[in-house]
Amino acid sequence: MTNRLLSVTNLSVSFGNREVIHDLGFEVQEGDCVAIIGPNGAGKTVLLKALLRLIPYRGEIRWSAGARLGYVPQKIAADRQLPLSAKDLLAAKARFLNLPATELQEVSSELSLTTELLSTGIGALSGGQFQKVLIAFALLGQPNVLLFDEPTASLDELTEERIYELLHSLQNDRGMTILLVSHDLSIVYRNANMVLCLSKGKTCMGPPKEILTPAMLQELYASPPQYYQHVHERWREGDSGIAQEREKR
Amino acid sequence: MRDQGLLLVLALFFSLAAGLVGCIALMRRMLLAGDVISHLALPGLGLAFAFKVNPLMGGAATLFLGTFLVWQLQKKTGLATEAAIGVVFAAALAIGAAVTPREDLAQSLFGQLERISPAGFLLGLAAVLFVIVSIFLLRDQLSLSIFSTDLAAATGVRIARLDLYFLLLFSLTVLVGLRFMGALLASALIIVPSATARQLTNKLSRFFLLAVVAGLLSVTAGFLLNALVFKLSTAGPMIAILSAVLFSLSLLGRAR
Repeated sequence: MTNRLLSVTNLSVSFGNREVIHDLGFEVQEGDCVAIIGPNGAGKTVLLKALLRLIPYRGEIRWSAGARLGYVPQKIAADRQLPLSAKDLLAAKARFLNLPATELQEVSSELSLTTELLSTGIGALSGGQFQKVLIAFALLGQPNVLLFDEPTASLDELTEERIYELLHSLQNDRGMTILLVSHDLSIVYRNANMVLCLSKGKTCMGPPKEILTPAMLQELYASPPQYYQHVHERWREGDSGIAQEREKR
Repeated sequence: MRDQGLLLVLALFFSLAAGLVGCIALMRRMLLAGDVISHLALPGLGLAFAFKVNPLMGGAATLFLGTFLVWQLQKKTGLATEAAIGVVFAAALAIGAAVTPREDLAQSLFGQLERISPAGFLLGLAAVLFVIVSIFLLRDQLSLSIFSTDLAAATGVRIARLDLYFLLLFSLTVLVGLRFMGALLASALIIVPSATARQLTNKLSRFFLLAVVAGLLSVTAGFLLNALVFKLSTAGPMIAILSAVLFSLSLLGRAR
């Protein structure tokens, strides 16, 4: 028996006259890994920001009591010249939230952030290191929900693999609920137990097997079937994914 | 002599506040705004002269009104802070020029570093201490919001309110500087020490510390050099020159 963690009803978000999200409704249960997919401009990032109440919206977003959100944004337009080390950033959040000193150490060791990496200026971090620091930032404050926006965009495959291993362990070990925006449908298939698709005017939600069909993808992306090919190839590799494990249960 | 002592103490504390405010302004890429923001005091100074009110009160009134306008503009339109300041600056300067007699204008823009009353000293000191303590308390929120407003907001930082706090602290620093240090010296102590410190470190705490040290060094050495060697009517130029010398030296020890 799972508990409802989030319920969204009649959600609309507009920028000026342009309505990016129209009358969206869905629910998320505790422990779910929900992948949010859709073509560019469908409002995936906007949805995450609305869920975090970073932008104005109409409709209702109801998180259950006790939901603590962690957010890993897609891109940070941070000035690479800022005199901030990774530790400065994490320590600022820890102090602001009055977290015990041990929590920063715990999160750092969980993500294998070395002392050397922590003292490096954010401008000098590699893409993968920077992403790990952002995940550590999100994990401070012991969130039980992680909102993950394109966590591996512009990372090499090996780093991408590590980030997703981490995601797995967060979900398995900590029982975290994850909302994940991703373009990579093989990743979605391997990690998510639910898929929410956003497309202009249309939305759908269901288990990956039902949503990630060639017909649905064709309709969603309104594009040639290379997505399907891509997914099809990677499906066979993804046998150890969470989605399959859940189905067995 | 007493005046010089009070001024030195005030200048030292001012350099502390200016160094800290300058560090945040540098990270927000609005370091030059100090110079521009000081002009928001002009219409108030002009009106104060016209109505025979304390010029500091008049200047403070329009400076803070202008600051509030800048904040509203950037909040409502999404303009960058520097653009919002630029717009309000242009209007303030024009109004200031229209209402201020010419000879008073120069005096109002360039305060003096020779005379100070005990009450003025205490007021200035209180304002500067307020800025120092506020920046210290807000440092985490400020660094989070400088890194990413989205992440800061998701962490619980109230961005619009924080922006207003910082603009007010910035304006307060500029106001004290304008009144007691003069526009040139005030700008120099906001801009140069933080730029110097930035050359030397990538770490936040050291950045603040080095900026403060650079400011204190410039003020102390500037006062001493002026008193003992150059004997100009005011130590301001000497202090500004020394801060520039420290900046040049910092280029030798650049941290990357």
